[in-house]
Amino acid sequence: MSKNIAIKVENLSKAYQLGQIGTGTISRDLERWYARVRGKEDPFLRIGESNDQNIKSESNVVWSLKDINFEIEQGDAVGIIGRNGAGKSTLLKILSKVTAPTTGKISGKGRIASLLEVGTGFHPELSGRENIFLNGAILGMRKKEIQRKLDEIVDFAGIERYLDTPVKRYSSGMYVRLAFAVAAHLESEILIVDEVLAVGDAEFQKKCLGKMGEVSKGEGRTVLFVSHNMNAITQLCNNVILLNNGKVSFNGTSYEGVQNYLKPKTVLDLELLNKIGSNIKSNILISKILVNTSPVFIEISPSSQIIIELFYKTVQLITDFRFSFILYRDGQRILTLHDTNQTEKLQVGAYKSEVKIPSNFLRPGTYSISIGGHNSNHSNYEIGRLEWFLLEDLISFEVKEQWSVDFDFNNIGFINLSNNYGKRTFLENNEASN
Amino acid sequence: MVKEEQEWTIESNASLFDLKLNEVWAYRDLLVLLVRRDFVSFYKQTILGPLWFFIQPLFTTIIFTFIFGNLAGISTDSLPKPLFYMAGITAWNYFADCLTKTSSVFKDNAAIFGKVYFPRLIMPLSIVVSNLVRFGVQMLLFLILMAYYYFTGANFSISWAICLFPVIVTLMALLGLGAGMIISAMTTKYRDLAFLISFGVQLLMYATTVIYPLSEAIKKYPAYAWIIEYNPMTPIIETFRYGFLGQGSFSWLSLGYATAVTILLMLLGTIVFNKVERNFVDTV
Repeated sequence: MSKNIAIKVENLSKAYQLGQIGTGTISRDLERWYARVRGKEDPFLRIGESNDQNIKSESNVVWSLKDINFEIEQGDAVGIIGRNGAGKSTLLKILSKVTAPTTGKISGKGRIASLLEVGTGFHPELSGRENIFLNGAILGMRKKEIQRKLDEIVDFAGIERYLDTPVKRYSSGMYVRLAFAVAAHLESEILIVDEVLAVGDAEFQKKCLGKMGEVSKGEGRTVLFVSHNMNAITQLCNNVILLNNGKVSFNGTSYEGVQNYLKPKTVLDLELLNKIGSNIKSNILISKILVNTSPVFIEISPSSQIIIELFYKTVQLITDFRFSFILYRDGQRILTLHDTNQTEKLQVGAYKSEVKIPSNFLRPGTYSISIGGHNSNHSNYEIGRLEWFLLEDLISFEVKEQWSVDFDFNNIGFINLSNNYGKRTFLENNEASN
Repeated sequence: MVKEEQEWTIESNASLFDLKLNEVWAYRDLLVLLVRRDFVSFYKQTILGPLWFFIQPLFTTIIFTFIFGNLAGISTDSLPKPLFYMAGITAWNYFADCLTKTSSVFKDNAAIFGKVYFPRLIMPLSIVVSNLVRFGVQMLLFLILMAYYYFTGANFSISWAICLFPVIVTLMALLGLGAGMIISAMTTKYRDLAFLISFGVQLLMYATTVIYPLSEAIKKYPAYAWIIEYNPMTPIIETFRYGFLGQGSFSWLSLGYATAVTILLMLLGTIVFNKVERNFVDTV
């Protein structure tokens, strides 16, 4: 292996078995075993399609990752991005040795600390101090190593006062802070972080990102970071690996990668979309999503109104339901709009739901739309009856800057209000009173 | 970094006989901390605390004395009945706890195994060591009972075989661990065995010389006593009784047999466990 390569992934694939595991698998296992004994190929891994997620196949094996190849240099901070189901989590799981790949090989140098979940192995009855040691040891630290870093960890998490209190009495924020602190202080050469920063308050998120930046830039450690927060990705990572249906679709600088991710030039894969989700979602088949009549990424002038249209069919009567259109920018949720004020009945048939955003309302920038839906709103919310789904980053558009650079200060912030909201009143003449 | 960096590879297939014992050694601190966690969390928010370790063997002994000793009148090799039963129960409990707890180790720890890597072998090992603490407390109760009967002049004597005590404890631990690991590896995909285990351990107790001496079984059922004799736990419990109470069928041959079975199960268990560990997250 070359000297400054930290991780090298070669032809990595991972297959998952769909459907029930249980009755029936023993005969399949015997079949597989018999095929292996005869020196034949595994009959359940034979299919070679890249993403059977949207191709209805005879076999119920799905390739979550297929022939992945990449190299990561030492000291790089690499963001792994992609839509839900692109294989990000699977890749991290394999890298963290939680599960083994189906085929392929990863070689690397240096100790790996992975933070796939916050507070793995925390025991609610044990105190913060005891959990620091336990969690640290689970992550692979020696006891004296943790002892040496204890003050630093406690300080970073800001839990000095609660150090000897059982963690079950901690607030969820404290819990997350403590857990991240332990992992961040592990002396590893490679740090793997899944989307854990979604929890915790804004200040702590900033602190975590700062710490990760310090880890990668200051200490020269390699960082792998999975996030949907494109803002964080561009801030922290110099490189990005974009996964799409289990394959690497882009590997390069983070700016280009994020642009690639946010501005897909291809039409959304509706067939795949209609396959995922359960319950209420399976009764709705989405047929089209348009932003100002465009099915793909579009640039929009600030002066034009934005109309988001969703065409769909309902397969079964849904007694109460409404769609939510959620607007994101840089991973921040800007707006939530609904097609109806209250949840309403959906008859079997074809529908169109649309939301409008007035002209000159959104500041220039790239926006992405997620669409969710739910039954019974909170006013008649009954436990166990609420069903909802969220389809992230379905389509995106850019509000393209039209006015001159001289007025650049207009661009600060996400939304724009007309000048009617500002006013100046003369209250008193100070010179006269003196 | 100037520090020497270890190189590693992750591949789809690992060698069957790579037992990863060096990795387990590197994580020895985790083992200690897990044992501590088990012990501390056991009696947190209880009033009697570790005293609860006493209650179960004490009551079982009383009940066995009444039912098997007095009601059924099964011979206890001329030993005081409570002493005879408690010897069997203490030893058996340790083995049974090791077996049942390790047999569900994948299922119980699926959440943590699914999120972080450490040598999985640490978990079953920590169970065995945790139970050792419990066993130690119960041994104390047994010794107190021995002292009581010694001062009231009951008919028993400690024999030289007490020196084999560490060997016996190791055998019980490894036997439970080995069998438990095999079962746990098998239950990740097919849960059926999990139902069998709690029931099976109970049945197995009756096929072991816990509530009767081996000599009695051979005398009454000469044709079927081989079932009991081939049970590797029988020589272990018989040796335990022989050591502490001076009664029991001890032979080097049967103890050697038990050792051989233990080593075999342990080796097989570790191999199967390590094999399943690599992919169990996908099927559990």
